[in-house]
Amino acid sequence: MIEKALTGSKKYWLWLAFLGTLIFIGFLCYLLQWKIGLGITGMSRDVSWGFYIANFTFLVGVAASAVMVVLPYYWHNYKDFGKITVLGEFLAISAVLMCMLFIFVDLGQPNRVLNVLRYPTPNSVFFFDACVLSGYLILNLLCGWTVLHAEYKGTKYPSWLKPFIYLAILWAPSIHIVTAFIYQGIPGRHFWLTAIMAPRFLASAFSAGPALIIILALLLKRVANFDAGQKAIQTLAKIVTYAFVLNLLFFFFEVFTAFYSGIHSHQAPIKYLFTGLKGHAEWVPFMWASYILAFIALILLVIPATRKNETTLAVACLSVFIAAWIDKGIGLITGGYTPTPFETITPYRPTLPEIGIAIGIWALGFFVLTILYKIALGVKEAKELRVKYQGVLIKK
Amino acid sequence: MAIKRRDLLKLGGLTLIGTAASAAVGGVYTKPQEALKGSRWALAIDVVKCKENRATCGLKCVEVCHSLHNVPSIPDKKKEIKWIWEEKFEHAFPEHEANHYLNEKLHDTPFLLLCNHCDNPPCVRVCPTKATFKREDGIVMMDYHRCIGCRFCMAACPYGARSFNWIDPRPFIAKVNPEYPSRMKGVVEKCTFCYERIAEGKIPACVEACPAKAIVFGDLKNPNDEINKILKERLAVRRKEELTTYPSVFYLIG
Repeated sequence: MIEKALTGSKKYWLWLAFLGTLIFIGFLCYLLQWKIGLGITGMSRDVSWGFYIANFTFLVGVAASAVMVVLPYYWHNYKDFGKITVLGEFLAISAVLMCMLFIFVDLGQPNRVLNVLRYPTPNSVFFFDACVLSGYLILNLLCGWTVLHAEYKGTKYPSWLKPFIYLAILWAPSIHIVTAFIYQGIPGRHFWLTAIMAPRFLASAFSAGPALIIILALLLKRVANFDAGQKAIQTLAKIVTYAFVLNLLFFFFEVFTAFYSGIHSHQAPIKYLFTGLKGHAEWVPFMWASYILAFIALILLVIPATRKNETTLAVACLSVFIAAWIDKGIGLITGGYTPTPFETITPYRPTLPEIGIAIGIWALGFFVLTILYKIALGVKEAKELRVKYQGVLIKK
Repeated sequence: MAIKRRDLLKLGGLTLIGTAASAAVGGVYTKPQEALKGSRWALAIDVVKCKENRATCGLKCVEVCHSLHNVPSIPDKKKEIKWIWEEKFEHAFPEHEANHYLNEKLHDTPFLLLCNHCDNPPCVRVCPTKATFKREDGIVMMDYHRCIGCRFCMAACPYGARSFNWIDPRPFIAKVNPEYPSRMKGVVEKCTFCYERIAEGKIPACVEACPAKAIVFGDLKNPNDEINKILKERLAVRRKEELTTYPSVFYLIG
């Protein structure tokens, strides 16, 4: 099947070359970090996690969201998702890959990363996260590739795969729940110490992830002549809508608890993020941008006419994606570290090399995604041609 | 010469016995004779004495600790490394922020902050490699050779006691103490209650260095230890009691 990725239009190669350039720039930035240390980032003694972990957290959600197309198709036999399940699974593969890279570049001693496996520590949520993430990667590779290969051979996927598909469905939420547990099980960080963290993670994941799949499907329709089907996209749009409404509601619950209870320490991070605190307002414009985008997306998604229109749907999905990225990425991390345990504020801003490394990882993820999608669409195209050809034969 | 099956099995058996024996021997660790023995080491810091002598003491505790343990002095506040440092009351005990009377009373009192060596340490709970762990005597230890630098412990510590080596710390050590290892970039470090001195029968350096004798070191589990008498007589508080981490560092405020 790999051969499908080796032939393509000029645009395809240009796109890969563009991503390759970004990966190379990111790699150069990483070499700098390798030499000097994490000191090249904007992180500090007080804000000891930053842009890397923010992107990691967000991307775990994107990875988990593949379940939103896989579950209806395999569990409820929802045939309309037949064409896009593999898109979901392959998106999960590249998202998990990006997650792992973001963790890797965040390590102070990356050459010791295998210590996590050499000294397994069941009481650490990080250990569990490493386990569920690699498990999820393997499951998606196995399921996505085997099903596609069966399609390539013109047969149905083997029956031994069925249990793995179901396992992958059950596994998907676990990666995001475990990631939420990294934060919500920590004492003394008011913004994180909330039982609604895991549900909020799931809601934002199940809106931002399918939103990305919609954007990708609409894009593929234009550049690759691949139609996912009106019905599939509309069902996904409804999933995005419901999950996103829940996500916003969960945020409202947080705000209510913090402000109605009147507990200052619970309010401080929210105030820092949205209004600024003690003269510091580094992330206020970003948080407002996030929630204005969320509001626009909400309106476009809730009104049936704008949800059904492809252009407005694309705008809504892009808004959902960016809003969730800011909110669950950098907002979550800086909010957790601000104020510090001393009730002071240490501002955090990512540096250029830090952003360069992050862009490099995103580019690598999209590079892998492009190749995987190229293979998947190639196989599907060949199958359609075959069906057409057989139809002609039968008529004759 | 080909190895016979019988010989191979013999060799295998011997290797197994050897491994088991070395594991058994390796597992036995005897403390040096002169080591101080305790079940839960703790500090009681008399902040009243601290305040009285602050003008003349020159923060000897910080100076001695940092020079003894090769703690670098990095000018950039964001990247700094500190094991013990001085902080104002409102930063050490921010939960009393609203109590103006208390704040006013203790505003000028210096509070020495360091790792609390909690009995229920969140940093140990979250570490994915057991690079930070609690010893039998209550000391929360760091293994700099195992730490992968994920900084989960820094997120988990509610006291901000941990520092990370964002850059190579060695150029920032004014005078290297060859008796104690310096660290490399990319690992987390913190106060270790001078485990290396305890093993030699000495008390922690900060306790010894204080000219006002404001810091008392002792074993909480030993009812005859001086620290228990002091904690019974005086008014002692710990930081962020509500998190039930059970710190081993007490502040005598009255």
